Amino acid sequence: MKTQVLLWGAQRASAAVLALCVLVHLATLIYAVQGGLSAAEILARTRGNVAWLAFYTLFVLAVTVHAPIGLRAVLGEWLGWRGRSRDAALWIFAIVLCALGLRAVIMVFA
Amino acid sequence: MSRRVALVHRVSGIALALFLPVHFWVLGQGLAMDGFLKWTEQPLVKAAEWGLVVLLAAHLGGGLRVLALEFLPWRDWQKGLAAAAAGIAFAAGLAFALAL
Repeated sequence: MKTQVLLWGAQRASAAVLALCVLVHLATLIYAVQGGLSAAEILARTRGNVAWLAFYTLFVLAVTVHAPIGLRAVLGEWLGWRGRSRDAALWIFAIVLCALGLRAVIMVFA
Repeated sequence: MSRRVALVHRVSGIALALFLPVHFWVLGQGLAMDGFLKWTEQPLVKAAEWGLVVLLAAHLGGGLRVLALEFLPWRDWQKGLAAAAAGIAFAAGLAFALAL
């Protein structure tokens, strides 16, 4: 029960952070795709920008909290997968997601 | 209505969770991601990208609805109406922006 409350709180708190992040991200990507995309062009604009580095680091961390908790409910309610094996799988998912996300942030903004 | 909104919220969430690791992996390639960007020039992939943006907007709309339901002392129909209006407006605006 205590776990449920903790997960509920973490899901809502991360959602509040993500709401802001997603709005900014949508605006950014609509701006960025104008006139096509190339890696060199993207990286020339993004690299060395500390403010965006901080913003997207926060974004990745919030997603790392949010996505596994959301999937946990789906796995339980739709597939009947509960218990420790489900949580272990979600921990692995969270760690992989966080590692890939932070790697991407470093590659694009550092 | 609210059941359908909840289903859209859930399905869009699953799709985003599956997309994110791939998205991060591609961005982690740095300059080597040009090969991938060339692949995304295909019309079908472009359509899928547009779909992902709409899913993200839909999930945002659904999430704001959940937060409003749980934390704001509104009446049910007001919450539903406000969220639906915001969601539709936002999705339409995005679709337009990306079609430009």
